[in-house]
Amino acid sequence: MNDLWMKNTVSRRDFLKTSGALVVRLSAVSAMQPLAWAQGPFATHLSHIDPARLDSWLAVGSDGTVTAYTGKCDFGQGMYTVQTQLVAEELCVPTSRVKLIQCDTSMTPDQGTTSGSQSTPTNFNQEGLAQAAATARVALLAMASQKLSVPEGELTIEDGVIRDKNGSRISYGELIGGKHFDMNVNPAAKRRSPAEWKVMGKPVPSMDRVALITGTFEFVHNVHVPGMVHGRVVRPPEIGATVASVDEKSVQHVAGLIKVVVRKNFVGVVAQKQWQAAQAAKDLKVVWTPGPRLPVQKDFYDYMRKQPSRDVMLVNSKDVEDKLKLSTRVLKAIYVHPYQAHGSIGSSCAVADIQKDHATVWSATQSVYPTRHSVSVLTGLPLESVRVIFVRGSGCYGLNAADTVSFDAALLSQAVQRPVRVQLTRLDEFLSENYGAACVIEQKAGVDASGAIMAWDCETWSASRGGRPGYEKPGNVITGMLAGFDTETVTPRSAVEPTEELRNGANAVPSYMAGCIGGKCGGAGSIRSERVLTHAVSSPFFTGPLRSPLRLQNTFAHECFMDEISANGKADPVAFRLQHLRETRMIDVVKAAAKKADWDARPSPKPGNGRGGTVTGRGIACVAYEGDNGYAALIAEVEVDQTSGSVQAKRFVVAQDCGPISNPDGLRNQIEGGILQGMSRALGEEITWDDRKVTSIDWRSYHSLSLGMQTPIIESALIDRPSVEATGAGETAITLAAAAIGNAIFDATGVRIRAVPFSPDRVKTALSARG
Amino acid sequence: MTAISLKVNGHIHSLNVDPETPLLFVLSDELQLRGPKFGCGLAQCGACTVLIQGKAVRSCVMPVSAVQQREVTTLEGLGTPENPHAIQQAFVDEQAAQCGFCLSGVILTAKALLDKTPGASDEQIREAMSGVLCRCFAHTRMMQAIKRYQTRLA
Repeated sequence: MNDLWMKNTVSRRDFLKTSGALVVRLSAVSAMQPLAWAQGPFATHLSHIDPARLDSWLAVGSDGTVTAYTGKCDFGQGMYTVQTQLVAEELCVPTSRVKLIQCDTSMTPDQGTTSGSQSTPTNFNQEGLAQAAATARVALLAMASQKLSVPEGELTIEDGVIRDKNGSRISYGELIGGKHFDMNVNPAAKRRSPAEWKVMGKPVPSMDRVALITGTFEFVHNVHVPGMVHGRVVRPPEIGATVASVDEKSVQHVAGLIKVVVRKNFVGVVAQKQWQAAQAAKDLKVVWTPGPRLPVQKDFYDYMRKQPSRDVMLVNSKDVEDKLKLSTRVLKAIYVHPYQAHGSIGSSCAVADIQKDHATVWSATQSVYPTRHSVSVLTGLPLESVRVIFVRGSGCYGLNAADTVSFDAALLSQAVQRPVRVQLTRLDEFLSENYGAACVIEQKAGVDASGAIMAWDCETWSASRGGRPGYEKPGNVITGMLAGFDTETVTPRSAVEPTEELRNGANAVPSYMAGCIGGKCGGAGSIRSERVLTHAVSSPFFTGPLRSPLRLQNTFAHECFMDEISANGKADPVAFRLQHLRETRMIDVVKAAAKKADWDARPSPKPGNGRGGTVTGRGIACVAYEGDNGYAALIAEVEVDQTSGSVQAKRFVVAQDCGPISNPDGLRNQIEGGILQGMSRALGEEITWDDRKVTSIDWRSYHSLSLGMQTPIIESALIDRPSVEATGAGETAITLAAAAIGNAIFDATGVRIRAVPFSPDRVKTALSARG
Repeated sequence: MTAISLKVNGHIHSLNVDPETPLLFVLSDELQLRGPKFGCGLAQCGACTVLIQGKAVRSCVMPVSAVQQREVTTLEGLGTPENPHAIQQAFVDEQAAQCGFCLSGVILTAKALLDKTPGASDEQIREAMSGVLCRCFAHTRMMQAIKRYQTRLA
């Protein structure tokens, strides 16, 4: 399976020959566009592989093998397995008969970027892969009906064979094997309902796992191309530094050196062997002209709030000021969240073979088609001559350095006209990856005499620079910028009043707001006096999506502030949330988590906890992820050592609703990993810097929880909703970890910590300020 | 360049390499093994771990010349997909992985400890694993898999 999955050199054409299916025509883009394309970065886009055509998604070989082509790939979250289940389910074949081809610009439709918890919504509802597979089943049934002269209603399908009740039968291979479907994807083709599921909804083991565990899985780090040599990059010590001079003589002594490559401020070396490239990169003398000084870290959040900003008003009932004046009490708080790193365990790697007239890049990018654009721009090769093949890297959790290292490999390969493998170092990546954004969230809420919320006012600031290169901005990551391409920066603009329906993609709007715009209320809550204004400000560092981008930061602030308001009114945090929620799916997850956790209903902080020694507490947080892309509630039980300031989570209970569950074990694995990753980010992870450069540069200075930590118990209540659309599930639990832990710390100690991470020093300082 | 002889997963290899080359580069580039991986290059994460005569060693900082005459075992040297080693089977049984990049560090570090100290306490296991990272945080299942292997050893 693994070798098939990782077939690097074979073309779509050759592949289909070997799999027994006929060559699939790469049809010209059809004039008809029955489905809505190009809705956003995660949607399906037009390309030379026409997503309107069924043959772009599926082929059936004469042996009945189903080959499916997807633009959403697996980064370790199980998308390979669950998409295989999907195709098997819709076509009524066993998973062993499905071959899934992932993310290859020569083989698969352009589905933009695999990210943002959008793969399930995109490919498991009424479009994309699911709809193509349903179209194929419906078409095969119609063909069989005609061949057997039996009405479709009297036919059944099992294991790729269609039968009537008199024993006549015909297989998929006999019906279509070796032929094109030659039809459009039918938006009306009926999906198999969850009630009929035989493969979907089952805990199918992840199909990559045995290969991973036995060390035979091919990562992008393992790609070997004939004639391949090794490259390393020499990054500037700080963002904004420029090359003054490069002394090539300084590496003359390095055996095997092929070339020192300089393109504007991009510097790299190529050598025969990886060790030689590493030596050359270390020894190469580059004089850098320093960039601008960095803003002082300790004042950075204040600095952010003073920057010119690009503003968006998400919701504004225009009565917030008045209502705050009428309130019995107004609560105010400012929450801050630091920059954090993707910190992939495997420093990023890519292989590129840039020839005079064509190019191939083996990349762990989440965005093969956008990367193809960037490589075309960087190398000057026409778009159609560039092929980008996805080969999995280590877990990326968003825009790690997979894109930038692909550009590095392309630049170095082009300079030496040979295939080049580039391995970044951990330092390269920590210094200049696209960090998860630093954020400041200012909260104000007015409560009535009973403690209930009358009005909520929220203003957020997030730092931004660069981001996904997309189809036109190679300079959004370090390599493109160094090579002379523009980086997307913040263009200040004042906010206009919202007119359309609520958009809460970044969860900047707390779940408790009604979200009313023009009489239409898209929020999950009941607070009608509401205002949310967001500011994007220019960041000194590159930023980009990091698992639950902005949603995690905003939810930390909202859910902790909600806890503050609840404590102010001496209300139980669960009951207080339920009092202000309107969306039933939110209400259900909060209730399910509380029930499963045997929630101790009472106000926080916990009565009877002393001011010394180790104390325990519990906290809850909930979210409607991106407003409507998954619902979850998380309860954390923690222990705080008040002497050392150390926080240990002992137990987490999560309730999650992501619509129909495609694979319950895969979902649990995502929830468990998400919570613990969220815990690591909440307790220790933070990018640090001095006035010149980043100082969190390795695993000693950037604090990730190791396998040696005390692993908390994680329990989950999965709410299966077969009748609604499938939503994302990979980012909901992580979104809640910092908030739930922060609320549990408050419950245990009475101290509210409004800054992540909750490091022992910060907790100790906060405890000693308690008086 | 120096002629180096290495015994890896039971096979003897004669190579002509710079003796200072980290063992990892020889394993992954010259021998094209997929088990040990470049994580940080600083011996801080564990992704490059191999066993040298039963001991877990970080191959990213170990010069190849230092391991001549000693037997090196990588993750793929333990068992095969068809016939996995007991500790690999324990990881399969617990479905203990996400991206899987860290597995050499996780599995081989645990194996080195438990083969030497089958009755290791939870505290000793945590101590041994404290230098190993998994950034997908599949910790819960991994610790269960390690315990499962320990039970099998008993």
